[in-house]
Amino acid sequence: MSQDIWVVVEALRGDVSEISYTMLAAGRALADGLGGKLIVLLLGHKAEAMASTLGAADEVHYVEHASLAEFTPDAYQRVIARLIKEDPPRAALFGHSSMGMDVVCSIGIRLGAPLITYCQTLDVEDGVPRYISLTCGGKVLAGGELPAPTCLVTIVPGGYKPEDGKKEGAPEVTQFAPPAVLDDLKVNLKGYIEPEVGEVDVTKEAILVSVGRGIQQQDNLKLAEELASAMGGAVSASRPIVDQGWLPTSRLIGKSGMSVKPRLYLPLGISGAPEHMEGVTDFETMIAINTDERAPIFDIAQYGATVDVLDLLPVLIEKVKDAKSG
Amino acid sequence: MHIIVLIKFVPDLVEEMEIDDSRTALDRTFMRLIPSEQDEHALEQALLLNERLGGTVSVVTLDTGDVDETLFTAVASGADRVIKIIGEGFEAGINNHAASAVLYEALKDVGFDLILTGTQAVDDLDGSVGPLLAARLDLPYVGYITGITQEDGKIVVRKEYPGGLIAEMEVSLPAVIGIQAAEEAPRYVVTSLVMEAMKTATIEELDVEAVDGSGAVGIERMYLPEPSERAEMIDGDVDQVADALVALFQERGLI
Repeated sequence: MSQDIWVVVEALRGDVSEISYTMLAAGRALADGLGGKLIVLLLGHKAEAMASTLGAADEVHYVEHASLAEFTPDAYQRVIARLIKEDPPRAALFGHSSMGMDVVCSIGIRLGAPLITYCQTLDVEDGVPRYISLTCGGKVLAGGELPAPTCLVTIVPGGYKPEDGKKEGAPEVTQFAPPAVLDDLKVNLKGYIEPEVGEVDVTKEAILVSVGRGIQQQDNLKLAEELASAMGGAVSASRPIVDQGWLPTSRLIGKSGMSVKPRLYLPLGISGAPEHMEGVTDFETMIAINTDERAPIFDIAQYGATVDVLDLLPVLIEKVKDAKSG
Repeated sequence: MHIIVLIKFVPDLVEEMEIDDSRTALDRTFMRLIPSEQDEHALEQALLLNERLGGTVSVVTLDTGDVDETLFTAVASGADRVIKIIGEGFEAGINNHAASAVLYEALKDVGFDLILTGTQAVDDLDGSVGPLLAARLDLPYVGYITGITQEDGKIVVRKEYPGGLIAEMEVSLPAVIGIQAAEEAPRYVVTSLVMEAMKTATIEELDVEAVDGSGAVGIERMYLPEPSERAEMIDGDVDQVADALVALFQERGLI
């Protein structure tokens, strides 16, 4: 039984994604613990140069084809499934992302390989690889063994520092022709649409007043705006606010939105689910307001209060204005 | 277009999560299940497509208990058919591999153009239902979708990437699509219309026998995280909290 660990690297428009490095950090530790090799699977077109940032791995298996130039789920899952079938690793790590989650389930079903998702950390105990995954918005953890001989895993950020997966030096690159037929693809990329450039770039703001479900109604947004304005910051939001259309996607912080590192992050009525907190990659000060004292946000914020956001805001706005003028 | 919408019922995260005595699963004894939010977006997206293009919208759910109101609400919103699948063990909770196997049995001989469902649900641990079902049906799947249009007998989907970047992908039909968010927020339906649907509409029932749902990795232990370093909580009323915040802002040179 192979003890090798594969990492299916993700790249978007020529850039290797951050989750790839998290996976490499996880994979390196796992491979070392099992005594296997850490192998990167890289799909692309004229993309060999990307291997230069993948030094944490022992080998890169690079599959070259024009149809793999950019990610599409059909082409990628055909190639990855065939490669895993021909040379099954102990575990194959995928990003828990718009790319990884498009292909991993299909590969698991087609190969009959077991799957665990939302994995934050991997360990080896007595020679057996084990996982810890998050569920229920981060409120519940689940752990167990990765079944032999081959297990598929999706990795979420947070369990490892991406820097630990970034090493200079190109590992040995072996090129493979695509093992699977790549014609008659059912999904084809037409093109990309750049995000709307909003009037506010939340990634450049030092102070972010971030609103979630707790703001309750669209009308209440003006309170958040007033506070942000009084403090010289900007309003950002979690998913539900943007899905309702109350704020543009340029204000969304999180997995599918912006990544920010503000001096002050003020989540108001935000529960702190992993998909949102992924977007706050660093901060100096975080003060969370949420009526639910068990909200995961309080595990990350330094300070918190369980008063109602809507009661707090008018009072806080006045006191901030007084403090600034006084 | 004939569209099938899959709705899964999940724990309401507003409530406290409890682990059962086996310490390997959620305790569902007092759990209030609600329709997965992204599945409600999937229904909205189906209704929008139906309004634009014509066709039918059928909603399918596994009967995990108390699903009827949601199904009648779907009818009141515009769904043409609502179907609940009855089977052993659904109420106790089944994983996505098993659920997708049940749905495969129910749908494998059904004609449709599109299956829409949420990209993920809050209690997912073994992948998500949409792509697992797509693989069983041997259909293409794309997830994280926030918009769908029809072009030349195919669909074009808008797929979300980090930073707000969108990829437009063309998908052959039939297909399974994972909805991240509908193009508009799920419509509100007044109670009187739901009540009316309860009187006039029928929920179709389908029995599916036990299926092989293997493929999910076993859970040896399920537990609540230890709050390692919790936030320093500021007590008091709104005035006191506001004063404390201002003091913090000043102390840190933020105002």
